[in-house]
Amino acid sequence: MSGVAFAYSRAADVADAVARGGAPGAAFVAGGTDLLQLWKAGRATPTELIDVYGLGLDGIGVDGDELSIGATARLSDVARHPFVVDQHPLIAEAVLASASGQIRNMATVGGNLLQRTRCPYFRTAGMACNKHRPGSGCGALDGEDRHAALFGAGSSCVATHPSDLAVALVALDATVEVSGARGVRRVGLSELYRLPGERPDVDTTLAAGELITRVLVPRAASIGRLATYVKVRDRASFEFALLSVAAVIRIDAGTIVHARLVCGGVAPAPWRLPAGEALLIGQKPERGVFTVAAAAAVEGAPPLPGNSFKVELLRRALVRTLTTIATGS
Amino acid sequence: MPIERIAVGLTVNGCAVEQWIDPCAMLLDVLHELGLSGTKKGCEMGACGACTALADGRRIVSCLALAASYAGAAITTIEGVGTPDELHPLQEAFIDHDALQCGYCTPGQIMSALGLIAEGCCDRATIREGLSGNLCRCGAYPRIVAAVAEAAGL
Repeated sequence: MSGVAFAYSRAADVADAVARGGAPGAAFVAGGTDLLQLWKAGRATPTELIDVYGLGLDGIGVDGDELSIGATARLSDVARHPFVVDQHPLIAEAVLASASGQIRNMATVGGNLLQRTRCPYFRTAGMACNKHRPGSGCGALDGEDRHAALFGAGSSCVATHPSDLAVALVALDATVEVSGARGVRRVGLSELYRLPGERPDVDTTLAAGELITRVLVPRAASIGRLATYVKVRDRASFEFALLSVAAVIRIDAGTIVHARLVCGGVAPAPWRLPAGEALLIGQKPERGVFTVAAAAAVEGAPPLPGNSFKVELLRRALVRTLTTIATGS
Repeated sequence: MPIERIAVGLTVNGCAVEQWIDPCAMLLDVLHELGLSGTKKGCEMGACGACTALADGRRIVSCLALAASYAGAAITTIEGVGTPDELHPLQEAFIDHDALQCGYCTPGQIMSALGLIAEGCCDRATIREGLSGNLCRCGAYPRIVAAVAEAAGL
C-alpha cells in the first residue's frame, strides 16, 4: 500500500518553502495525516514533499487584539492551550471532537483547514471523481450520496468539507495569514474556500506555493459571546461529522444582538446560514425563536435521494445548539 | 529516476540509531526494519491504532508518520515498556484484567493508554473517549478500560 515515490526535504524557512512550494509536483507536508492517506490511496501524487513541520510556526499567543494560532500548532496543543480554553473554548470543543488522540498529536491547524473531502469516491482509487480528475464524472451524484452536500454543491461535485475546526473558526470570524511569492496577505477563512463550479479539483483560493502561516481570531469575538459546537456523527468518537453546528450569540439586555450559525459536513466549505442568523437578531433567546430561525436556515436546501435526512437533522441540530447555549447546559 | 535514500537519526527506546531510509518510508516500516516488530501494522490509514508509538512522549500512529519528518525524535515502542521480568504496571493490569484476546491490538492499546495517562484522564468516560483511536476486533473494550483505569489510579 503505497503511492509513487516522492523526494523529501525540509524547508529552511518560510521564504524557502514558498520559493519551492509552487513547483509542479511539490506539496507542503506537516503532520501528514491527510496527505499520506491520500498518497497511499493513489489519490495524491506529489513528486516532492517540502516539510514545514519544523519551521517554528507552532506558536499560540495574543497578538494585539487577536488570538494567533500558528499553522503548524498541533491540534492537541491548541485544544489545551490556556489562551484558547480561556478566550475561545469553542475552538477547543471543535478540536476535541476531531479525529483521535493520536491524530490530534500529529495533525496541524493548517493541515486541518486544508484537509480534503472524505467523499468515498474521492478517496478510493478507480472511482469516478471530478475532484480527483475533472471530467471523469461524479460517482456520488448517481451513487452513494448519504454524505453528500446540501448546500454549495454543483453538477460536478457534491463533496463536503470535513473540518470541525474550520466551522468553529468561521463562526468566530477568523482570518488566515498566508505567505507566498508576492509576500504576506490575509484572507478571511470564509474566503479561503471556493465552491466546486467547473474546477472541483481546486478546494481553495490559495495560489500555487502559498503557505498558511497562522490563524487569527479577533478577541472581540470572545467578549460577552456564548458559543458551542455540536457534532452529529455515526459513532460517538473518532468519526467525521454527518453534520455539525457552531453557533455564537451575544445577548444584551435580554435580546440577541449578534449571531453566527455555521454548519459543517453539509457543503464544500464551512457554511453560514444567514437567514437563520437574521431571525435571531433582536429576539429573546427562547426555544420558540430558535425553532423559527432553524426552520428558515434550512429552507430551500436541495437534498439528494440519500441525504435528505440531513435537512431535518440540521434543523434539529440548530435548535439543540442554540438551546444548549441559552440554557448553559 | 530512483530517489536516493536519506540518513535519519532517531532515538528508539533510549538507543541512538542512524538509518538510511526511503524518503517515503513511514515510521512504522522503519521500526520493523530495525527489528522491532511489536508495533503492529493494521489498517495503515491511521484508523485502527495498532501502530501506536510515542514520539517525544506523545502518542502517534506510526503508519501515517513520515519517518524522515521525525529525525531527531525520541521514539518509544512497546519493546521499550517494561521487561519480561519486570512488566510495566499497565502491562500487569492488562494481564490482571484479561484485557486481551488475540492480542494483536494490545501493543497499540498499551502505547496509546500510556500517552493518554500522561495527557491526563480523570474517569472511565475520558478513557473510553481517549482510546477511541484504538480498535479491538475481539471486543475486549470493557476490560481494556478497566486495566487502564487501574493503572491511572482511578
